[in-house]
Amino acid sequence: MSERKFKYVGTRPIRHDGVDKVTGRANFGADFDAPGMLHGALLRSPHAHARILSVDTRAAEAVAGVKAVLTGQELPKLQSMWMGGAEGGIDFRDIAENCLARDKVLYHGHAVAAVAATTPEIALQAARMIEVEYEELTPVLDLEAAVASDAPILHDDLQPIGATDPLPEGPTNIAGRVEFSRGDVDAGFAEADVVVEREFRTQMVHQGYIEPHACVARIGEDDQVVVWCTTQGGFAVKNYSAMVLQMDPAKIKVISSEIGGGFGGKTTIYLEPVAIALARKARRPVKMVMSREEVFRATGPTSGTIVRAELGAKRDGTLVAGRLSMFYEAGAYRGSPAGPGAMCAFGSYKIPNFYIEAHDVVVNKPKVAAYRAPGAPMSTFATESLVDELARELGLDPIEMRLHNAVDEGDQAPYGPVYGPIGLRETLEAARSHPHYKAPLGQNQGRGIACGFWFNAGMSSSANVSLHADGSAVVATGNPDIGGSRAAQAQMVSEELGIPVERVRPVVADTDSVGYTDMTGGSRVCFATGMAVIQASRDVVDQLRARAAQIWGVELDSVAWEDGRALPANGAEGDHEPLPIEELAQQMGRTGGPIVGKASLTAPMAGPGFATHLCDLEVDPETGASRVVRYTAIQDAGKAVHPGYVEGQYQGGSAQGIGWALNEEYIFDERGEMENPGFLDYRMPVASDLPMIDTVIVEVPNPLHPYGVRGVGETPIVPPLAAVANAMRGATGVRFTVLPMSPPRVLEAIDA
Amino acid sequence: MLSIRYEAPASVGEAVALLDADEGAKVIAGGTDLLVQYRSGLREPTAFVDVKRIPDLMEISIDADGLVLGAATPAAEVFENTEIRQLWPGVAEATDLIGSTQIQGRATLGGNLCNSSPAADTVPALIAVGAQAVIAGPSGERELAVEDFVTGPGQNVLGRGEFLVKLRVPRPGPRTSDAYLRLIPRTEMDIAVVGAGVALTLDEGGTCTAARVAIGAVAPTALLVPDAAAALVGSSVDDAALAGAAQAASAAASPIDDKRGTVAYRRKVTGVLTQRAAAIAAERARER
Repeated sequence: MSERKFKYVGTRPIRHDGVDKVTGRANFGADFDAPGMLHGALLRSPHAHARILSVDTRAAEAVAGVKAVLTGQELPKLQSMWMGGAEGGIDFRDIAENCLARDKVLYHGHAVAAVAATTPEIALQAARMIEVEYEELTPVLDLEAAVASDAPILHDDLQPIGATDPLPEGPTNIAGRVEFSRGDVDAGFAEADVVVEREFRTQMVHQGYIEPHACVARIGEDDQVVVWCTTQGGFAVKNYSAMVLQMDPAKIKVISSEIGGGFGGKTTIYLEPVAIALARKARRPVKMVMSREEVFRATGPTSGTIVRAELGAKRDGTLVAGRLSMFYEAGAYRGSPAGPGAMCAFGSYKIPNFYIEAHDVVVNKPKVAAYRAPGAPMSTFATESLVDELARELGLDPIEMRLHNAVDEGDQAPYGPVYGPIGLRETLEAARSHPHYKAPLGQNQGRGIACGFWFNAGMSSSANVSLHADGSAVVATGNPDIGGSRAAQAQMVSEELGIPVERVRPVVADTDSVGYTDMTGGSRVCFATGMAVIQASRDVVDQLRARAAQIWGVELDSVAWEDGRALPANGAEGDHEPLPIEELAQQMGRTGGPIVGKASLTAPMAGPGFATHLCDLEVDPETGASRVVRYTAIQDAGKAVHPGYVEGQYQGGSAQGIGWALNEEYIFDERGEMENPGFLDYRMPVASDLPMIDTVIVEVPNPLHPYGVRGVGETPIVPPLAAVANAMRGATGVRFTVLPMSPPRVLEAIDA
Repeated sequence: MLSIRYEAPASVGEAVALLDADEGAKVIAGGTDLLVQYRSGLREPTAFVDVKRIPDLMEISIDADGLVLGAATPAAEVFENTEIRQLWPGVAEATDLIGSTQIQGRATLGGNLCNSSPAADTVPALIAVGAQAVIAGPSGERELAVEDFVTGPGQNVLGRGEFLVKLRVPRPGPRTSDAYLRLIPRTEMDIAVVGAGVALTLDEGGTCTAARVAIGAVAPTALLVPDAAAALVGSSVDDAALAGAAQAASAAASPIDDKRGTVAYRRKVTGVLTQRAAAIAAERARER
């Protein structure tokens, strides 16, 4: 497999959607308008925790221009039903009540009622005229308060899920618990020469996608619904909306727009069912667009966490025991990424004895959503910080320490499966020999290193490849293109058919136009949807070979396909002139009809991704301000289909992780209102904050994919939290266990 | 519902009349604060009075007396002006810190002052160089020191019908220069957690003969700190004098704990930035 010589895979063509995006021609979520369209607005809760006693919409309904008003009570009342998933599960009752609260509001900004009116201003003004009577309840704003024995309870009927032995007595805010263990932990720690133990804390952080959520819903007299929206998965919007509204999914078509970033944040729904319900009431299309403030207050960030961690090693650096007790904020409803956090925490090392427990805890903050390798950055922040501490205590080089314990093919992952070929060791070796690792450090600078693991997802995908009479092709899949997947899919078609990338048109199809496809997420598109594209392309090639066999009057086996032409196989050259794809395509109508290749598949496994990051940080000892002066991200891509976009993933994940480490955090006041719902005070890095992030693509082919591809999107955000903290340790002598390492926090620690 | 008049007077008198006639009217120059506040519902003006067509407000003139800067002159024109950069480098660098390149094409120093945020970057820099604000109103023109213009967060001395026309900055004498520094957690697109502006004059022997120190974002308004200036005057701006200035600036700060920083942090960094800005200003003064 790895012997294959690629012609198009591994090159860097300009993405097909690129020019439209840089010139502003591309249509994003808020760019679509329908004739006769109304504008929707939401009334949001001013309380973080309160019972809704009454909602009076009469004043809003009386406003000129208002065409429909909707409350949570008008949506169908659903039964709770938990459906687990690799990156966190879902409960449609929770999704519905997060779209519009029913009996209780559970965070400041929780949507309570909606208005559709002829202008956005009227809608907003009318929404503010809806009178809601609340009974205020004490908000639960942090993990310790949530698990305290006398904690106010968010959900009276919450039943913990998972490893809940013993089951808590009475109502609880602990929604679930997972456990992983191996060996004898106490014996392991007894055997250790050095044990380090710390408690780590991180705050809620947002994905920071630039494009706010937006949609337009239209409904016909026959109740057929069309939704245009920005999403990571049109099929999810269709099926989730149908569930929330208890509609027949056959009546809903979803057309996904271009997407201005998602990072997991657009894997659920907020506006779509509300827009559909308003459109149904008003009998006119309804557009809803969130403001930035609404995105911060009421869409899903990722969890704030507490991770109590302990790690023991022998004097030679061999890790012998580890223990983690983790608490993840779920926000208002169950479903934090505590599970994947637990799966990934020890994923990089051979640790013979460990115990991991992770709790999913509800608090009066927005319900979390997926964020790039959900759960893994926080648990890895703890373990990679401790590995660094152990290396310091033992006087070992941090890369040698990691190489000494790195997992290899045949080792068992902490959550069960045995690793196939993996590239952790290769990334560490690449880090060791990289000029960055040998470069001298300046004054007040420190260097940090950290590894990261993410399991990656496979899931279900479909693809159609249609051949045109001119020998060009169209590839249609159901995945919104976030990270350059159109270009990568076109490259795969090119590779199989033997036609230039520019002669392949990649299409993001709507939910009526392609087979079921899971969301763009889990680093799965290039891997799983890519496999469907390759299979569909091979289907086209087989049909082309059959046409050539028919023309030549030979058996199918006697026709080979190479470089975009049919050739006589088995050394039978000379018998027939090669038939190029253009000629075969031109004759399609006469040789059996148009050619369409199709494939649908479910990939149960994906092949994990490992990375090693190097970070140089400079700290101003008088102000605590810090600056990343050099950063190198090294990761196993299996096979990089489009190296430019693989590098972009490494750089983007690193940038997000650096922001998380240094400055990003949700700040709530004592009533649970977020104080920094905008990019001014929610401090993501801007371009000038970061150096050019250097990348190294390591390629250890993944045997589960025909080209050896591994997902690359998520792993890059796993190492940076610890890489930056380890660099901070080097620069200041202080081990930081609380994020973000903002200037005030750093200065306080330096001066302590 | 929600209709706002737009007025674009061509003279100071016309603008005064418009503002005097409608208490809800707001002066708009670049609009980089006002429009954001309006869109987020913080302000609901009845009219925008656009002052960019009044020639006096768009003027930059430099002569023997110093600088006259129209209140609506875009930031980019200020810091791209070679003469301003040379004569008032601290004012230029404070102006260059505002927003992004796109914002700087519209944002103005006059707007920065009239928005009256305690964290405005150009205000401490203007105070340090002794800038005066020229105000027009129904009873004619008046002029006052920039440090007396802002009275509290978002509040200033402008009365009904009044607006800021221009700033006057005296021409620096020999061996006189200035500097401005701010602390933000990022490198740009941020609001000062602490700001410090220093202007000083050295004699031929390198002894400081005059100084003005102003600090921002650490009190309800930007503050002139005479004690910090006094610590510099008479010294060669050596380490001891710098430490004295830092201490005086920290003592003058009365910051709050908020999402951008703590009291202790802001107090300490006020001293650090004052010291650094004074050292830079002295270095520049030695070269002039």
